[in-house]
Amino acid sequence: MRTRATRRHKDWALAYALLLPGLVIFSIFTFWPFLQNFKLALYQNPPYPGLPSTFVGLSQVGDVLSSVTFHQSLISTLLFVVMVVPTGLLGGLVLALAAHKALKGMAIFQVIFSSTVVTSVAVAAVVFGTLMDPVVGLLPWLGLDPHPAILSNPTWALPAVAVIAIWQFLGLSFIIMTAGLQSLPEEVLEAARLDGARAPTMFFRVTIPLLSPTIFFGLVVGFIYAFQSFGQIDILIGSQNAEFTHTNVLLFYIYRALSVQNDPGLAAVLSIVLFAILLSVTLLQFRFLERRVHYAGN
Amino acid sequence: MARVHFANVSKRYGDVAAVDDLSLDVADGELLVLLGPSGCGKTTALRMVAGLEEVTEGSLMIGDDLVNDVDPKDRDVAMVFQSYALYPHMSVAKNIEFPLRQRKIETAERKQRALEAATTLGLEDLMDRKPGQLSGGQRQRVALARAIVRDPRVFLMDEPLSNLDAKLRVQTRGDIVALQRRLGTTTLYVTHDQVEAMTMGHRIAVMQGGRLQQVAAPQDLYERPANTFVATFLGSPGMNLIPARRQGDELVTPSGSLVVPAELSGIAPGEVTLGARPESLSLGTEGLRATVSLVEMLGAETQVHCKLEGGTTLVVRQGHDQVRPDLGHSVLVSVDPSSLHAFDAATGDRIEGSQ
Repeated sequence: MRTRATRRHKDWALAYALLLPGLVIFSIFTFWPFLQNFKLALYQNPPYPGLPSTFVGLSQVGDVLSSVTFHQSLISTLLFVVMVVPTGLLGGLVLALAAHKALKGMAIFQVIFSSTVVTSVAVAAVVFGTLMDPVVGLLPWLGLDPHPAILSNPTWALPAVAVIAIWQFLGLSFIIMTAGLQSLPEEVLEAARLDGARAPTMFFRVTIPLLSPTIFFGLVVGFIYAFQSFGQIDILIGSQNAEFTHTNVLLFYIYRALSVQNDPGLAAVLSIVLFAILLSVTLLQFRFLERRVHYAGN
Repeated sequence: MARVHFANVSKRYGDVAAVDDLSLDVADGELLVLLGPSGCGKTTALRMVAGLEEVTEGSLMIGDDLVNDVDPKDRDVAMVFQSYALYPHMSVAKNIEFPLRQRKIETAERKQRALEAATTLGLEDLMDRKPGQLSGGQRQRVALARAIVRDPRVFLMDEPLSNLDAKLRVQTRGDIVALQRRLGTTTLYVTHDQVEAMTMGHRIAVMQGGRLQQVAAPQDLYERPANTFVATFLGSPGMNLIPARRQGDELVTPSGSLVVPAELSGIAPGEVTLGARPESLSLGTEGLRATVSLVEMLGAETQVHCKLEGGTTLVVRQGHDQVRPDLGHSVLVSVDPSSLHAFDAATGDRIEGSQ
């Protein structure tokens, strides 16, 4: 008994020794800043740097949540998410279905389709920025005169940056959907063929339900990706553009609060809001959508 | 209901022939078992009937129809897969109704027929469950119900019992046989388990390396195997093979000689492979010289492994009341001459006139 207890202690010691480096790094760079953020939210910063910040408690949270800028930002963020996630997932599924054929050379298409995921945001933004340029872009080349320019147009600026986010998310979405399609139980699909299912029935009543765990996973990942998009907006619109309020999504707002407005208190409150939204959306997805997900087998 | 006819059917993947020149006729209402080791082509043959694999060469008929190029859904065959292949997102009722729904059968009739099929298999209380909430045996029965509900021309079963535990397998084996006899539907049943094959099939088709070795009723297959492969594959353990040479009236082996029995008088002088079932060998006072290398007690019987002087091992089946020899002892293995088989030493084919 004693040796068994000693061995168990040794196992625990080894487990913690292996966990320690990870725990230390996470504590310093994630857990500590995360907790500090809550503290920052309770302090209001003076409009000029260098002066001490004052403790205001939860009043700052109330101020931010009731401000017009915050409401605008929230609406922009939701619009952005609604534009990016369903389109990205559907596009990824269509590409995955197209490339899910045992044809020669299909691997090349799979590489191309998934490549957007490894393209840096900066490169994607510059490429799309050029395409949307009012002078050398795609529209003038087609003989159309975009006026005002797409990225300075209050109606089109947000959809334009959403296009870039969709394009980038397509790669990830394609990889997720392809993995899902490849792990579908072949015999179930064959059984459906023998049972007389035609192509639309096969797809909507067999393939999609079998793929539902994958789609659900893609949805969760897609939401987090869309809520955290920021680079495209920073590079293409920036804080200087007069129309930035239309593309002022939450993460960009946080960045601007900190780097332009120099207001860590505001940024901290917004960060907590973003965290709360992401947490509740993910929990809601698990709570309500997972019931409709069908995990195969046991 | 219909017969299934393979006429010189082959299936090739590049240079590899998974099924090679198969000619086989499954009679209307028959349960034919395709038996063989892994990779012998039995599942490929079955999948060609289903339409899940294309026929490379030859013609495949179901009833009077040539089905080589007919889509699986238009063949009117139902298949039971090894993994059951149930739709995990549908209830038992929906699973069973699925093939009927595809045929646009009215809701009332659909429900009625699904309930009948479910009742036949004792599933009527599980209709609202999802497959994930069922045991292996219950899932297997749902798969069977889904197959019988549409009254197809042919049932195809691909090792449907191999995921069940031993006890349930024996019981389900009997259930499937009873169901097939009652419905009278032509059935092709694939298995690698010779006990399943022997107990279930009207006839058994033994395959090896993509080629059909022999097709016969279970008892015929056991008593008159067409070659050494069939002889050793069937039976547990399989038939003992003894290399010998005919010299005059004697069959000479390295461990001694046997007198050529009258049944084998037709075999030519020279090399021959003799075959003897474990139950037709006994330990006695005369016969082939051997050493006991293993004694396996199985309760009702004992299997004694005896090594001949030439290196060949024979398995002797003894009743539980017989004296068990000790390991390493020298014994004499006597052969019942009337049940001795003879095979061509080079090709392994049965020599006619033996037995």
